[in-house]
Amino acid sequence: MQWGIRPRAPAARAAVNGSMRYGPQGTASEPVVAVPAPAGEPTAVSARSALARAGVVLVAVTSILTALAFWELVSRTGLVAERDLPAMSSTLAELWSMMGTGHFWLAFAQTVRGWAIGLALATALAVPLGIALGSSELAARAFRVPIEFLRPIPSAALIPVLFLTLGTNLKSEIFLATFGAFWPLLVQTMYGVHDVDPIAIDTARSFAVPRHARLLRITLPSAVPYVMTGLRIASTVSLILAFTAELFMGTPGLGHELNYASAFGLTTRIYALALATGLLGVAIHYAMAALERRVLRWHPSQRAELP
Amino acid sequence: MSARAYRALAIGAEIAVPVAILLAWQLWTATAADPKFPRLSTILVQFRELWLFSEFTTHVVPSLERVALGFGIAVVLGVGLGIPIGLSRWARLWAMPHIEYWRAMPPPALIPISIVLLHDIENKQKVAFIAFVCLFPILLNAVDGVRGIEPTLMETARSYGLGWGETVRRIVLPAALPQIFAGMRTSLSLAVIVMVLTEYWSSTSGVGYVLLISKDTLHFATMWAAILLIGLLGYLLNLLFLLFERRALAWHRGWRAATPQ
Repeated sequence: MQWGIRPRAPAARAAVNGSMRYGPQGTASEPVVAVPAPAGEPTAVSARSALARAGVVLVAVTSILTALAFWELVSRTGLVAERDLPAMSSTLAELWSMMGTGHFWLAFAQTVRGWAIGLALATALAVPLGIALGSSELAARAFRVPIEFLRPIPSAALIPVLFLTLGTNLKSEIFLATFGAFWPLLVQTMYGVHDVDPIAIDTARSFAVPRHARLLRITLPSAVPYVMTGLRIASTVSLILAFTAELFMGTPGLGHELNYASAFGLTTRIYALALATGLLGVAIHYAMAALERRVLRWHPSQRAELP
Repeated sequence: MSARAYRALAIGAEIAVPVAILLAWQLWTATAADPKFPRLSTILVQFRELWLFSEFTTHVVPSLERVALGFGIAVVLGVGLGIPIGLSRWARLWAMPHIEYWRAMPPPALIPISIVLLHDIENKQKVAFIAFVCLFPILLNAVDGVRGIEPTLMETARSYGLGWGETVRRIVLPAALPQIFAGMRTSLSLAVIVMVLTEYWSSTSGVGYVLLISKDTLHFATMWAAILLIGLLGYLLNLLFLLFERRALAWHRGWRAATPQ
């Protein structure tokens, strides 16, 4: 399944981010360059930027609260019938009461387990293979057609096959999540290894650095940013497919709970579970972004983070 | 090894490996004789019988129609919303929390909601769901593309007294177009996937429906023919889009080739 597999060069992203700081919307209150202020000496710039940051948070919070209030209003005034769209307050109450049960947290943990195992397996398979295919022109050519053809196959199409072979259990879920997460990681790793600076490699070669040391000390470090981007995409895909397996095949987890609620017409619970799933998605997204920032602290792409 | 021998070897490998994989599949399915995994030749025969073209109008056309409509709506909304959001810092601050949330939400979680909300399992619900899922990659890329515009361009437009509409049409849209296309390509493959998912969940026609029914009635050759068709659809739509993108962005590639990066 391809949820946006597109090789992205982290350095190119940094360039875009950099220009955005000088973008047309850049006001004088935005610090143009993030120069760390000397400790204990709050400058005018840092005070103003703190104020600006508070403003940013305030706008975001107001925006979220407005949307929630709008939801409540639309339902309460009957603009959309309450049996089609339960009020925000009842949905949150339902979510809250679900969160008081061990059953919900078990399902939650099962979904997270499917995501984690799928992502880990995909990483273990795709990164070594990506390094092998990325460093050999011949291997890359040989497997180009199968990869190009398998990659866009929607993993969704594999659901009936898994249903019939592995059955409705964790194995199916993990297979689906791994299959989906495998492709973005493979492609990103291949591009990353391929995109290593040839001058660095040639320099190392002329200093008689052995092949494995070149791989370890030049090729891999320069591929890491690509791999991390792949990991971020793969993490989203893995979660989507773990959830899809649960929803469509009845593997235990949040997706299975949603399937149950849907089958019995428990409308409020349908909304509450979708809300919870979205929050899990956001949490995983931010966790992976934080991991990427941490791993790539040394890389130029991280020096200009978006506000 | 000479360069020519190497080239010949590379081309040979590029042809031999896919052929070897297909042969292995055919041999394995022939010897294993597992009804769930019919031979490749059986699948191909079934593929021809179903999709060329007896069931084409009953199942493939509705699916393509849903993808086209949903994707089209997503493009219009994504660009229409993305440009103003990208241009205004306040609009961005206001919209970003929502975009972030919906982007991180696993799309299948919204299938039951779309049915409850729209009282429909036919085209209305399918198209709305596909459009909603496809909206976010396009929207995000449009916002990003607009934000990445060279500020000198905007300032030049302002000093020449270009109006808002003129600026958007002549500067913002062309400048953001390459990135909008990147988002559109992501969304197109997404459209095929979620089309299959919604049809698999509940429907009365479409490729996903065939997939579900053939599985439930144990028509394995039909099931594999449907899987093959879905793979082909994803592949061909992506290919068509790449050709379209190459034409639409020909000016951009020319500019890139002429400018040192």
